[in-house]
Amino acid sequence: MGFSEREHGLIVTARSEAEVTSRGYTFSELMVAAAAREIGDGELVFVGMRLPMLAFLVARRTHAPRAVGLFENGVVRETPSLELLYTMGDPPNLLHATQCGQMLDVMSLLQQGRVNVGFLGAAEVDRFGNLNTTWGHRNKEMQRLPGSGGACDIACLARRTVVLLAHERGRLTERVGHITSPGYGSGNGWRRAQGLPANSGPSAVITTLGVVRFGDDGEAFLASVHPGVSVEEVLANTGWTLRVADDLVETPAPRDEALAVMREMDPNHFWTR
Amino acid sequence: MAESKLMTMRDAIARHVPSGSMVLLGAQLEQMIPFAAGHELIRQGRRDLTVVGPISDILFDQMIGAGCVSRVMAAWVGNVSAGVGYCFRRAVEHAVPRKIEVVDYSNFTMALALHAAALGVPFLPTYATLGSDLLKKNGNLREFPSPVSEEKLVAVRALRPDVAILHVQRADAQGNAHIWGSLGVAVDGARAARKIIIVAEEIAEPSVISSDPNRTLVPGFLVEAVVHEPGGAHPSPVQGYYGRDHAFFAQYHEQTRRVEDFEDWLARWVVHASDRGEYLTQVGAERIQSLGVKEHAYTAPADFGY
Repeated sequence: MGFSEREHGLIVTARSEAEVTSRGYTFSELMVAAAAREIGDGELVFVGMRLPMLAFLVARRTHAPRAVGLFENGVVRETPSLELLYTMGDPPNLLHATQCGQMLDVMSLLQQGRVNVGFLGAAEVDRFGNLNTTWGHRNKEMQRLPGSGGACDIACLARRTVVLLAHERGRLTERVGHITSPGYGSGNGWRRAQGLPANSGPSAVITTLGVVRFGDDGEAFLASVHPGVSVEEVLANTGWTLRVADDLVETPAPRDEALAVMREMDPNHFWTR
Repeated sequence: MAESKLMTMRDAIARHVPSGSMVLLGAQLEQMIPFAAGHELIRQGRRDLTVVGPISDILFDQMIGAGCVSRVMAAWVGNVSAGVGYCFRRAVEHAVPRKIEVVDYSNFTMALALHAAALGVPFLPTYATLGSDLLKKNGNLREFPSPVSEEKLVAVRALRPDVAILHVQRADAQGNAHIWGSLGVAVDGARAARKIIIVAEEIAEPSVISSDPNRTLVPGFLVEAVVHEPGGAHPSPVQGYYGRDHAFFAQYHEQTRRVEDFEDWLARWVVHASDRGEYLTQVGAERIQSLGVKEHAYTAPADFGY
């Protein structure tokens, strides 16, 4: 719920079929591969659904065979489910789980600081990595969105959080209208001043155009651009003047073994269109 | 032997959930959501309910659209696999069919609110929600200085629902209930609430329940009513009984975009289906069968002998 399927807009559409065909993978698959690289071996991961779920499976099957997945309904899982999941409560996610506990069983690990990384989606993310999943707007009308789920908890308490969303100017915004899930607030020192744990906070925002990371001052910078994407395109689709890393790189293309896992788990490209 | 608490859904709701109640629904998150109970609340015309639960998928959306709800206390309200809940949006944005108050929690703070009530204390502390607008806007979350360390904490006020309605796999006639799989906040919710209604897929002999007391997550002495309602959680799943009807959630999303479409949906699935049996007839035998268990996966027996 957590993150989860419940966050807005986690299904990301590839920008054009032509690009997919010429490169041999979709942008969603590129995002999944990038998300998988955020998971270290042996780490505890608040997984979520859709793209992060695939990323967890890719990580387990490639570089992080001892990673452990946690779900807010109390499920702890180390093996992939046998079917595509729509929600974390789907029966295949419980069959052969490591543990089916209560919500507080997994939240206790989170609050102790033992969860290494949590994945979140968002309707909006801002310059300091704050997330909004409560209020959106369209044509100047406020739209009520579903809310936090467990996203606020994960954003407060996980050592690292990784956000996935489509890169649009209206969604990467200078300042979110509502902080559902806190990032670095207004910058350096803000999290500690709020009382949030040391060694916590946003680590990466993986979009359809690139990967954004955060400096010691808490402000976002562009760390990599996806193959075929220009820096100008990223900046034009970001709602503030995004800093660009001196050592900007191209996001690595998904490796064949990662693509094989994704396509085995999601053969019809339900998530990785 | 004690008197049976078995009764119909109609009687359980009529006796134990008056208008104005605070009702916990959907304690096991996406599994075992008591849709049959929610539909009966709608049919009996309840008003001014406060609905409580972490997620509750489209059940809260339906109850809000039917005008039963004046306040929602939840971490997430919408359609888990399809997106937003249109009735929820209409109520918040346009007071249609009526104005509702939304008290936004996170999952963890909802669990702590119920845990505090279960423990019988006025609040529990956490770091969760520090720095968020949830903390600013939810009056049941209050920042305070730790009395034992140099830290700020959030006091999560105990939340004691009038009634918890829990859908379970099996229970005996006294309400001793086995739940397995997705537990969520069911255990805390059961202890937090003043009354419990158990809705069970199967009614089991007491000896079956007592053969596996670790799985008895709700003891019957806390329970007011036991309703035997097979299929009562559809379209949500019940581990070991039926899967999630994903298409139903997608169809609900498509069929409730406009308020008049929702009215049609409600008339068909709730108002004119006088009970769960009629509802399941409408779902259709073929569809129900397609959701059934394809391959059983029984646990290894545990030896309680001595």
